Amino acid sequence: MYDIEPRVNGHTERASVPAGMTLLEFLRDRLALTGSKEGCGIGECGACTVLLDGKPVTACLVLAVEADGLDVRTIEGEATDGQLSALQQSFVDAGAVQCGFCTPGMIMSARGLLLRNPHPSDEEIVEAIAGNLCRCTGYEAILRAIRAAAQQEVEPLPGEPDTKTARLLRSDQSTGGRP
Amino acid sequence: MTRELTYVGKSVPRDDAADKVTGAARYTHDLSLPGMLHAALVTSPHAAARIARIDASDAARLPGVRAVLTGADVDVRLGLYMQDKRILAHDVVRYQGEPVVAVAADTLDIAREACRRIHVEYEPRPAVLDPREAMKTAAALVHPDLGSYSHMEGVFFPTSRTNIAHHQKIRKGDVDAAFASAEVILKAGFDNPPVQHVPMETHASIAQALPGGRAEIWTSSQSPYTVRHLMSIAFGLPHNAVRVHVPYVGGGFGGKAGLNLEPLVYVLSKAAGGRPVRFVATREEEFNTLPSRQGLYSTIEIGTTRAGTIVALKATYVWDAGAYADYGVNVGRAAAYSGAGPYAIPNCWIDSFVVYTNKVYGTAYRGFGHLEVLWGVERAMDQMARKLGLDPAEFRRRNLLKPGDMTITGETFTAGHGEPSACLDAVAGAIDWGTPSPPPVEPTKRRGKGIAMLHKAPAMPTSTACSAIIKLDEDGAADILVSGVDYGQGTYTVLRQIAAEELRLPIQAVHINSDCDTAFTPYDWQTVASRFAYMGGHAVLRAAGDCLGQIRAVAAQVFGVATDKIVCENASAYPAGEPERAIPYRDLALGYTYPNGNAIGGPVIGHGRFIAHDLTHLDPDTGQGRPAQFWTYGAHGVEIEVDTETGEIEILRIATAIDAGKVLNAGLARGQVIGGVVQGIGSALWEGFRFDRSGHLLNPSFVDYKIPTAKDLPREMTPILLENPQPDGPYGARGIAEHPMISVPSAIGNALFDALGIEFASLPLSPESVVTRLAERGAEP
Ligand code: FES
Ligand code: FES
Repeated sequence: MYDIEPRVNGHTERASVPAGMTLLEFLRDRLALTGSKEGCGIGECGACTVLLDGKPVTACLVLAVEADGLDVRTIEGEATDGQLSALQQSFVDAGAVQCGFCTPGMIMSARGLLLRNPHPSDEEIVEAIAGNLCRCTGYEAILRAIRAAAQQEVEPLPGEPDTKTARLLRSDQSTGGRP
Repeated sequence: MTRELTYVGKSVPRDDAADKVTGAARYTHDLSLPGMLHAALVTSPHAAARIARIDASDAARLPGVRAVLTGADVDVRLGLYMQDKRILAHDVVRYQGEPVVAVAADTLDIAREACRRIHVEYEPRPAVLDPREAMKTAAALVHPDLGSYSHMEGVFFPTSRTNIAHHQKIRKGDVDAAFASAEVILKAGFDNPPVQHVPMETHASIAQALPGGRAEIWTSSQSPYTVRHLMSIAFGLPHNAVRVHVPYVGGGFGGKAGLNLEPLVYVLSKAAGGRPVRFVATREEEFNTLPSRQGLYSTIEIGTTRAGTIVALKATYVWDAGAYADYGVNVGRAAAYSGAGPYAIPNCWIDSFVVYTNKVYGTAYRGFGHLEVLWGVERAMDQMARKLGLDPAEFRRRNLLKPGDMTITGETFTAGHGEPSACLDAVAGAIDWGTPSPPPVEPTKRRGKGIAMLHKAPAMPTSTACSAIIKLDEDGAADILVSGVDYGQGTYTVLRQIAAEELRLPIQAVHINSDCDTAFTPYDWQTVASRFAYMGGHAVLRAAGDCLGQIRAVAAQVFGVATDKIVCENASAYPAGEPERAIPYRDLALGYTYPNGNAIGGPVIGHGRFIAHDLTHLDPDTGQGRPAQFWTYGAHGVEIEVDTETGEIEILRIATAIDAGKVLNAGLARGQVIGGVVQGIGSALWEGFRFDRSGHLLNPSFVDYKIPTAKDLPREMTPILLENPQPDGPYGARGIAEHPMISVPSAIGNALFDALGIEFASLPLSPESVVTRLAERGAEP
């Protein structure tokens, strides 16, 4: 057993953990921070992404002992005083959430990006979440959400139905794809 | 409905999003109960083998192990349509990855260690891998006892002493005569590999066997009531002795329909003295052990006149069901009655065979067989058009269903079905069909365009039912109770919109709890087939109407007017023309109290129900009948660029038109279209199981089984939603959730031919296959 003292979402946690315990297990099973998800357990899906000293890591591949003395930020630390961050709010507003299982990891990857690069290009946004798998959304709304958060403003959802020309509704004239 | 709509049709954001962006949303993966044990599995390393001996004595002695079960301990066969599967393999294993022994222990580590100490001796047998071979009479039988299995009678027709779990026939007109007189005939073969759903939350279930023969289950499922029903049948429990909770679900796509891990954790809990037992599939188990989408081999023959009118279509579909076909039989049925595409076909003959093999078993997957059959049909339509010298869009336009035409099961197509040709025109316009792509900058690249049609109806029993309860709260707000599951589609938001619209409440005042619980939320068959917004929508409409009736009755008494003179508006009720006298719902929700203390009415609780209507079983010999509550039609148009050196295909733009009847929530509908299209791109370009010669799955991980990432998005995606109302749909709506995925591979395959002049018959259109085919062509003289 190893004694560790990571700072998790601003609180110092003291714990004794086995050598093989992953940071993800520590967060979920010991601290009951179940917002970080396990989608594969072997570093291939990004659902477990958290920030370690500000940098996104896949917590299933990091040992709990490696977090000793470091700053860990999880999805539970993203909102302040019950107020969603601009990033969270733009995920809601852009329709970037479906089943939501990938969402915490997506948001943490995006947070890591915005911390190191507050004005990312579209390519940099794609790159930042390229390791986060989402099976539901097709990513387009997620990219839009991160872009909007970076600009601190939220684009209105395209596709308000035009009730006058009832038959043919093109909900997006322009690009709905990759930037 | 003359009133301007306040909520229906608007992009109301989903209200569970706040839970999901904060990590507060609790999925089955996240649940933990006091005293809970953890389960692990020993699975078969062989695709086909006899189990000679199981020695679990070492494992049972390991401290912390609470239960060890083998197939001999749990002799129950399960299934919704076809009871062909046991909880644990007994005597024989039928696919690599099949559960053989299950262990429950204090920790997952102990459970896994116990599994390592279990010794199973197998006598491997030759695996049955190709369903076309497996259909032959001489083939080894995957289920020698098939003839004795119970199944849904009159709907499914297993052939005993064969590997054929179901044979669906469609017979319309005189196909032989039509082909004899056809002026142009095309015959082509196509195939699709089995694929995985890949929900980001793998399958997970917790069960507790409670005293008095009761069971409580928490599960990542699309089907709370079907789980309850099948558990009750399997274990001889009264329905109300089984309680099923479904918390947030991290994606399903069909893979979490029906019964999955629930019986396994239940029998473990029973064996462990009633402690709750949890099993969460690893990603590798999700690939190896849990169900997939069936593979398919198609042969399609089309006959036309010289002018390009289809006179006959004949198709044989051979489904690679894998080891169990409980759900596969219904895929084979539904895809057959859709198996000629959305065309007017006077003479049609389809045989759809669902065939057992020694592979991981199939189940429902978004599109329910339609992506697979339309991969063939829509590629064949393009080939036929070229044979006729017609533009592929024009050839389709001539043959698409129009009002008055008859479908291949004998249903008359009407304007209320939607407008397939308008979908085609919309996508053709969006990708500038008819104008060749500008040449790519790099000389090694080629560009091409393709189009494809799609259609699908819900595949469900003829008596599928659904219900909803709405209760008003003390403050006049409303709670909707339903048992359909919103595992991401957004249906709960749509139901809230409908209730808010009907009850004249602000949308924020209408709530749906994200947890289904069969002890409290009312019956719904299961959340599949793109029918929840349609059926649940109706149930909520009626439940809201019931609430309004109760509100009006009390208000009428208070105001001393007839009930039909009461107007409900702005969360209040008043006599017509006298809005200043309005009583807010909060003063009516629990009953009305007069100033002197007398009270009338009582808590307002409305219920609404809906059952499929006018559907019939299909005639076993001809497939004629009415299988579909509604049809949804659509089309894709795509432009691609293919790199002739790497074989990689880039989607430059894709336009998707779906005739939704009525768009209930534009933002969510858009999300379904884009999410579905990208999932379809996965099926088109990369996804597919690969097996070795002995039936071992070679790619059970994200490294070897690629799904689309953010880097793989098309440069441009254009969702187009048409609104030709469904006469019996809520606000005119029909289901759209599965459809965007269907025919994406067909459109891309057609574009690939346009780009390279090479016919691709097999999915996926992977870089390797493109490069190989280019090299073959290069080698030709
Ligand atoms: S769970 Fe860590 S990357 Fe998938
Ligand atoms: S929202 Fe379901 S996996 Fe991303």
